Amino acid sequence: MATTSAPGTEFSADLGAAVAAEGEDLPPGIGPWKLAWRRLRRNKTALFFGGVFLVIVALSVLAPVYSHDIAHIGYADQNIDKPILIAGKKTYVLDPTGIPIGPTWHSQYLLGADSDGRDVAVRLLYGGRNSLEVGIIATTITMVLALILGVWAGFFRGAADATIGVILDSIWAYPAVLLGIALGATLAISGINLGIFKIEGTSLYVPAVVVGIVYIPYVAKPIRGQVLTLREREFVDAARQQGLSNFRIMFSEILPNVASTIVVFVPLILANAILLEAALSFLGAGIKPPNASWGTMISDGVNTIPAAFHNVLVPGIMLVLTVMSINIFGDGLRDALDPRSKVRIAH
Amino acid sequence: MARFAVRRLLSMVMVMIIVSVLTFVVLIKIPGGDPGQRLAGRSATQAEIQQIETKYGFNKPIYIQYVNTMKNIFTGQAYSYTQGFNVLDEIKAGLPATLSLAIGAGTFWLLASIAVGTLAAVRAGKYTDRLLTVLAMAGVSFPPFFLGAVLLYFLSYKAGIFPLGGYVKFTTSPTQWFWHMVLPWLTLSVLFIGFYSRVLRSTILDTITEDYVRTAHAKGLSNRQVMVRHVLRNSLIPIISLWGLDIAQVIGGGAILTETVFNLHGVGQLAAESIVRLDIIPLLAIVLLTAFVVVALSAVVDIFYAYLDPRIRLS
Repeated sequence: MATTSAPGTEFSADLGAAVAAEGEDLPPGIGPWKLAWRRLRRNKTALFFGGVFLVIVALSVLAPVYSHDIAHIGYADQNIDKPILIAGKKTYVLDPTGIPIGPTWHSQYLLGADSDGRDVAVRLLYGGRNSLEVGIIATTITMVLALILGVWAGFFRGAADATIGVILDSIWAYPAVLLGIALGATLAISGINLGIFKIEGTSLYVPAVVVGIVYIPYVAKPIRGQVLTLREREFVDAARQQGLSNFRIMFSEILPNVASTIVVFVPLILANAILLEAALSFLGAGIKPPNASWGTMISDGVNTIPAAFHNVLVPGIMLVLTVMSINIFGDGLRDALDPRSKVRIAH
Repeated sequence: MARFAVRRLLSMVMVMIIVSVLTFVVLIKIPGGDPGQRLAGRSATQAEIQQIETKYGFNKPIYIQYVNTMKNIFTGQAYSYTQGFNVLDEIKAGLPATLSLAIGAGTFWLLASIAVGTLAAVRAGKYTDRLLTVLAMAGVSFPPFFLGAVLLYFLSYKAGIFPLGGYVKFTTSPTQWFWHMVLPWLTLSVLFIGFYSRVLRSTILDTITEDYVRTAHAKGLSNRQVMVRHVLRNSLIPIISLWGLDIAQVIGGGAILTETVFNLHGVGQLAAESIVRLDIIPLLAIVLLTAFVVVALSAVVDIFYAYLDPRIRLS
């Protein structure tokens, strides 16, 4: 994971100038958000992939319906010794040597079985639910904490900035996956216990918290850089002259100006959070069995190569499709909101 | 310049101390319970547990535990109790494979992303650029463990072109070494090529509008000369500094996923196996050493940057 920090952290939210440079014919007085929406609407690729993502979300949310009404099997139900009826034929989902069947293209075992005789399609949808849930919670944690730390450090500078800077640098020093598995492994033993706030070690929220912490510096640093320049601007001086408190200035003067950065970062972090969750689960430090996750499904599938490759291919394609659609939509969103931006993130 | 270097090195030492404390707290203290018991594994005898407790000072105050843990790791006295190996020796044994992966893949992804990024920038807005953008987006969306499994299945199992994973020492057989490394290099590189080429593309597009580029055109240089001597030379700086940090991460075992899928027995795979066995000491050592390598190299990169660009020293 790395972001371009050195030349790229100061970015302008100067939408007007950027638009003027493009020579668009625009009605006077159009707001920046409306402008961004106009640009996004014209980017058909981004909209298409945004739609793909929504479809994946909808399918994942409907996982219990699919499991109950179509496949008639739960995500953890094994079916090892009983044959099932597929197109009127009795079929065992595992052959005598334990090799699972491939896609049946019927309502039961639509995408085949895994090596424990579970329905891959059902697990795929439940895995999507878990992956998306972890991704969304993690992104929320990252964005909220990064926003607080970044604005605080940039606004107060001095000792606060130095302290926060050292914390962020320390998190940054670890490769994302390595920090993730270290935290994931230990928190799975102990759970999380902060007094009123308790999480069991096997809970979904453990990987969510882990992934959320890992990405904080990647967002907090650019926000800090932006706040550092914003606080010197005239409108902040004006607010100070009017006697507004620091908190008011941060909330009503600074925050609206970093809003577009935040919006740009959400899809980037979401995509990376889903990837990191999958990686942690793949390594056994993320979502715990019997809960399904695309990462654990691929990890199970790798053990059955080459006999049942669909066990790798199905969750893998779904994972790539999800992450790619978020990335492409996010790229379009960034172009729309901040055409000259330098916000970047990757591994 | 010297002042900047000293300041940067001091902050490096501070981050290293904090990182070591954090790593210790996360891996030894957060799980709770008796750390001696946890390190010793399930089948340990009472005497063994007591021996570990004395060695790491788990019955003493927390700062002594911390100092003892660091001392054991850095003097090569740390052992995996469940597996019975010396942690530092095991890390050293994994280094050749990890270095092979890092250097080979690093060279490949740097050259490939310069080519792809430049092409996309030169053709900005055209069909080639859009295609490369989508490909880059696909690249950064492919997790190495999935891409690696797909390549292994189709190119090794099905087509039989490449070996089924594993690592062969360079000194044993250079050709076999190369043949075993091709797929891991490719797998690890895809992600970085996608990312770096996007960064390079937008840096080039920013640089092209600079005055000195117009001057270069005005004095009659060909497009190619302007691109290579003036635009690319300046646009490569952020890429190179990113590259330094990413290489540091891979050397430290950050390529856990690629190493695991291809069974390279490198440092990263050691970390992955330690997770599965809940073997804390090797994991602690790897996480700590990796973070140190990354922190040290990022200080070097910053100082080098400041040397190249005097404006940084003053800020």
